[in-house]
Amino acid sequence: MAVASDSPDTPKAGGLLGWVDQRFPLSKLWREQVSEYYAPKNFNFWYYFGVLATVILANQLITGIFLTMNYNPSASGAFASVEYIMRDVDWGWLIRYMHSTGASAFFIVIYLHMFRALLYGSSRKPRELLWIFGCLIFLLLMAEAFMGYVLPWGNMSFWGAQVITSLFGSLPIIGAGLVEWIRGDYVIGDATLNRFFALHVAALPLALVFLVIAHLMALHEVGSNNPDGIEIKKLKDSKGHPLDGIPFHPYYTVKDTMGIAFFLLVFAGVIFFAPTFGGLFLESANFEPANPLQTPPHIAPVWYFTPFYAMLRAVPSFAGTQVWGVLVMGAAIVVLFFMPWLDRSPVKSIRYRGPLYKIALAIFSVSFVILGVCGMKPPSGIYPLLSKICTALYFAFFLLMPWYTKLDSVKPVPERVTVHA
Amino acid sequence: MRNRWIAVVLTGLVTAGTAVTAWAEEGASWPDSGADINDIQSLQRGARNYMNYCSGCHSMHYLRYERIAKDLEIPEATLKADLMYTSGNVFDAEVSAMPPDAQTWFGKQPPDLTLIARERGTNYLYAYLKDYYVDPKRPWGVNNLALPGTAMPAVLSQLQGLQKAVYKNEPDEHGNATMVIDGVAPLTAGAMKPEEYDQFIRDITNFLDYAGEPVKAKRQSMGKYVMMFLLVFFAFAFLLKKEYWKDVH
Repeated sequence: MAVASDSPDTPKAGGLLGWVDQRFPLSKLWREQVSEYYAPKNFNFWYYFGVLATVILANQLITGIFLTMNYNPSASGAFASVEYIMRDVDWGWLIRYMHSTGASAFFIVIYLHMFRALLYGSSRKPRELLWIFGCLIFLLLMAEAFMGYVLPWGNMSFWGAQVITSLFGSLPIIGAGLVEWIRGDYVIGDATLNRFFALHVAALPLALVFLVIAHLMALHEVGSNNPDGIEIKKLKDSKGHPLDGIPFHPYYTVKDTMGIAFFLLVFAGVIFFAPTFGGLFLESANFEPANPLQTPPHIAPVWYFTPFYAMLRAVPSFAGTQVWGVLVMGAAIVVLFFMPWLDRSPVKSIRYRGPLYKIALAIFSVSFVILGVCGMKPPSGIYPLLSKICTALYFAFFLLMPWYTKLDSVKPVPERVTVHA
Repeated sequence: MRNRWIAVVLTGLVTAGTAVTAWAEEGASWPDSGADINDIQSLQRGARNYMNYCSGCHSMHYLRYERIAKDLEIPEATLKADLMYTSGNVFDAEVSAMPPDAQTWFGKQPPDLTLIARERGTNYLYAYLKDYYVDPKRPWGVNNLALPGTAMPAVLSQLQGLQKAVYKNEPDEHGNATMVIDGVAPLTAGAMKPEEYDQFIRDITNFLDYAGEPVKAKRQSMGKYVMMFLLVFFAFAFLLKKEYWKDVH
């Protein structure tokens, strides 16, 4: 393979850039990853969420650094230091709301990003590793969000940590020791808060950034999928560029700028006019300091965990242990990793699939939203039954997939991507 | 087209789900308190009422006197003379003189009120201050509709007058007639007319809302300019995208 800088149409830069390029592949990286990375020209609405997730990650990292400067990771000082940030630190309220709203925005965007993959078969060969990196990012993000939620040391932080860490206690034999190991103490306290702080601000963000880089490297290696689910690399022009591809820069940089602008409008709207979002993004019970002697009237995790929390509660105890609910909740995440191999359809995109997959995906999506609502509600009335049904439907979507995707009818897939006016 | 349709349906579904949940999360819905964080005179009166009637027992550990004076446009002389009872330093937070053994008097330590509005909501606070009624079974002889079994005496009853519970007949799950509280009605006259008292507690509620988030009014007014900027930014980004994408077919 010819060295890129030697090819005729890419002149060598002089000056500072040339000096750098002789020592570091700056122009080469820019060309390969941005200005000459060919992306399908038919990306639609669903293809904004990847770049939006990156924007939110940057937001979380930067605001997080500034929060750390004034936050006090101790059981006696954490709650007061958050109020100090909200009141006495210049612009502290804005930084904190950007961070807290960013947490919820991250999950909204990631859920939609994952849904996109289900719509267009983005996890299918050759993008299995890309998908697995993504699932790992989702898993780490959940850990990151949970530990971040504990840091303000409100009463819901405390009791949320209590409930989630005690889940590990239901595992046989190792359970009790494991809980103690996670908490660093017999009860949730200073030791727990300190280690959650360390993991939240150093270990997990570092791992997340590395995984995001791996996710992008895998993406640029295999090339992006598109709403038609066909490989644009199959048909190339005389220069070797995909016929249906356009350079990421400037086409998608300007398009994504527009998408980011729209996202920021919504994001700023929440930050400035509804930062608690009716108790969904910042729960009202968390404005009370942690109190080990007083349980909040109703313990529920933040909205983005509620679908999985509903699954946990939907499974009854059996043979004298609650561990089955924990295992089901874990399986709900693990099953995602197998998506590329569960789908046996000869086509990728929902555009060319038959009714079976469309119905299955619709039922799955509705079930997931209903599970989310059930997880916020006290387990009484219709909610336990609804949770059970929707948990079954959630798993049915994945576990029956090898059969219904094979049985499903398909439409002929076009050679070239289709662009809707 | 089909994708657009899916997008619309999904977005609608998620929005509807969130809206319904947010609404249901409110639980018992209290009547609107009418508190307005931008009404600075109401906030000033609320600060006065709070310092006179609440700060003897309740603290606000996260709110400094100097911040109140600055945000509510209260001159420092007025602040020191009329609002600061437990401290001479304007940079101190409002801390009551309640001793630690207050728990033996009331059954619980009077809670810190800095964040009470964020925890319980202004409508609840307004209802709570309005709905005390005479109940001889309680230690202080009063109970509260919004917080049954409340540990706080009816400290504002001199202003409001005493109220009594009004009962109505309602069958329980077995169909037997039971008396349940329907509301409250005046029992004795207070020093204030009902409208005066409502305004009095509305001002306190408003001040508590301010105390919960002193930056709230500024946040909302600043938000309008941020939104305007982002709208203009979006318009230019949209036009730029359109221009570049002209040659993509």
